[in-house]
Amino acid sequence: MLIKKPGDIPSSEIAAEDVYLNRRKFLAVAGVATAGLVGSRGLLSAFPAARQDDKPNTWEEITGYNNYYEFGTDKDDPAANSKNFRTKPWTVKVDGLVKKPADYQFEDLVKPYKLEDRVYRFRCVEAWSMVIPWQGIPLAEMIKTFEPLPSAKYVQFTTIYAPNEMPGQKLAILPWPYVEGLRMDEAMHPLTLMVTGLYGKTLPNQNGAPLRLIVPWKYGFKGIKAITRISFVEKQPRNTWQISASNEYGFYANVNPEVDHPRWTQASERRIGQFRRMKTLMFNGYADQVASLYAGMDLRKNF
Amino acid sequence: MTTTSMKKLALVVVALVPLALIGWRFYNNALGANPIRETEIQTGLWTLRLLAVTLSVTPFRKSFGWNFLAKYRRTLGLTTFFYACVHLSMWAGVDWFFAWGDMWHEIVKHKYILIGMTTWLIMLPLAVTSTKGWVKRLGKDWTRLHRLIYVAAITGTIHYLWAVKKDTFFPLVYLAVFTLLLSYRIIIARQKSSRESRRQSAASVAA
Repeated sequence: MLIKKPGDIPSSEIAAEDVYLNRRKFLAVAGVATAGLVGSRGLLSAFPAARQDDKPNTWEEITGYNNYYEFGTDKDDPAANSKNFRTKPWTVKVDGLVKKPADYQFEDLVKPYKLEDRVYRFRCVEAWSMVIPWQGIPLAEMIKTFEPLPSAKYVQFTTIYAPNEMPGQKLAILPWPYVEGLRMDEAMHPLTLMVTGLYGKTLPNQNGAPLRLIVPWKYGFKGIKAITRISFVEKQPRNTWQISASNEYGFYANVNPEVDHPRWTQASERRIGQFRRMKTLMFNGYADQVASLYAGMDLRKNF
Repeated sequence: MTTTSMKKLALVVVALVPLALIGWRFYNNALGANPIRETEIQTGLWTLRLLAVTLSVTPFRKSFGWNFLAKYRRTLGLTTFFYACVHLSMWAGVDWFFAWGDMWHEIVKHKYILIGMTTWLIMLPLAVTSTKGWVKRLGKDWTRLHRLIYVAAITGTIHYLWAVKKDTFFPLVYLAVFTLLLSYRIIIARQKSSRESRRQSAASVAA
């Protein structure tokens, strides 16, 4: 098994030195199970692999270049338009197939847990990327407290609907409110983080305050922001981008250099702040930790 | 230097102001966190804007009798093509750093890149044949060939439309503008041909 306990993955160490070798090993092993997945593109690409220079992006880059359509579709809109967004008081509804459904005040929800610092690569489906020092709580710990029933197979997250504070929600660009989902084993994975902070500070509004999801091996749009509801469900939820364009965005949205988006290549990416493109890594470089979750699955179909 | 060529030069200088501003912002790190992408977007948008200005010359001439505008059409057209070249160079030379294999994959796999490349290829022969020599050499064919600029306007706008994710408002505004300009030309051409056929039938009756 490739799953590691949280202790095995130091928060500061996002890319071990041998990650590239391991990736090759992983590709060799996975090649049998997922023949055809390992095309020639990613390996033949002229760009260096993304492991190079994984130093965190600056505060300005992380808080000034955001996809957060609730506050506008341009990258600088969220920073400009989220100033009056109220994150206090904040309630998170936990419901569905769970022993302890409740409406939590944000402070009560996060109080029982120790905040962890995690530096993760962040790969947007638009083929740009950053390295971001998040602060948060492993989702698995929260979920254990809620005590989901065995029938709960998926977790569904919902963003707040507040069109008066989120001008983008007044436009029919996407069906509001934003919804995302994870399979239970993905939600319970030690890398999956409920984020409350950035660079050790309170999470800025444009980055999804007060509470957002980060799943570092998936494209950025899986990281739903301003979460106001967590539901445990039996059926696979339909996430917002999938509803909006199911030929372009799937449920899994695992970073995969071999499966292109119709508009963007996924074989390479531009790290914000760097001049040259770099090769995108399978599962965003977290293959060692997460590849086993998808063993035997056709990742071309389940994109 | 004649007054006209002075004016043409002034026009080029004015048309290059947006590019100078983009360059200035690039140099001063004022294009946001992803300046390469932003430069691609801005040079692409200015290509479409200048194309719209170029295509407005004839309607303005005909509607308001501003025939002096005709002199500046080539200058405007070539400046438009220059912006298209900067746009393409940013993509090939800076964004992709001349990684030909990767670029080829982009072109064949992503339809918005394919149609963008097509647009540039349509504009290329128009720029090449814009000289007086070529106008003379091609005669009537020159006009026919240069009608391709309307095709370029439409494919260029579709390139923009397919490049955006969800917010299609502005691409559709550009599409509307170009459709209007194109319809104006079609209506004028229809009127002209019906006038000519009337004249012809009148001539045959008289005979």
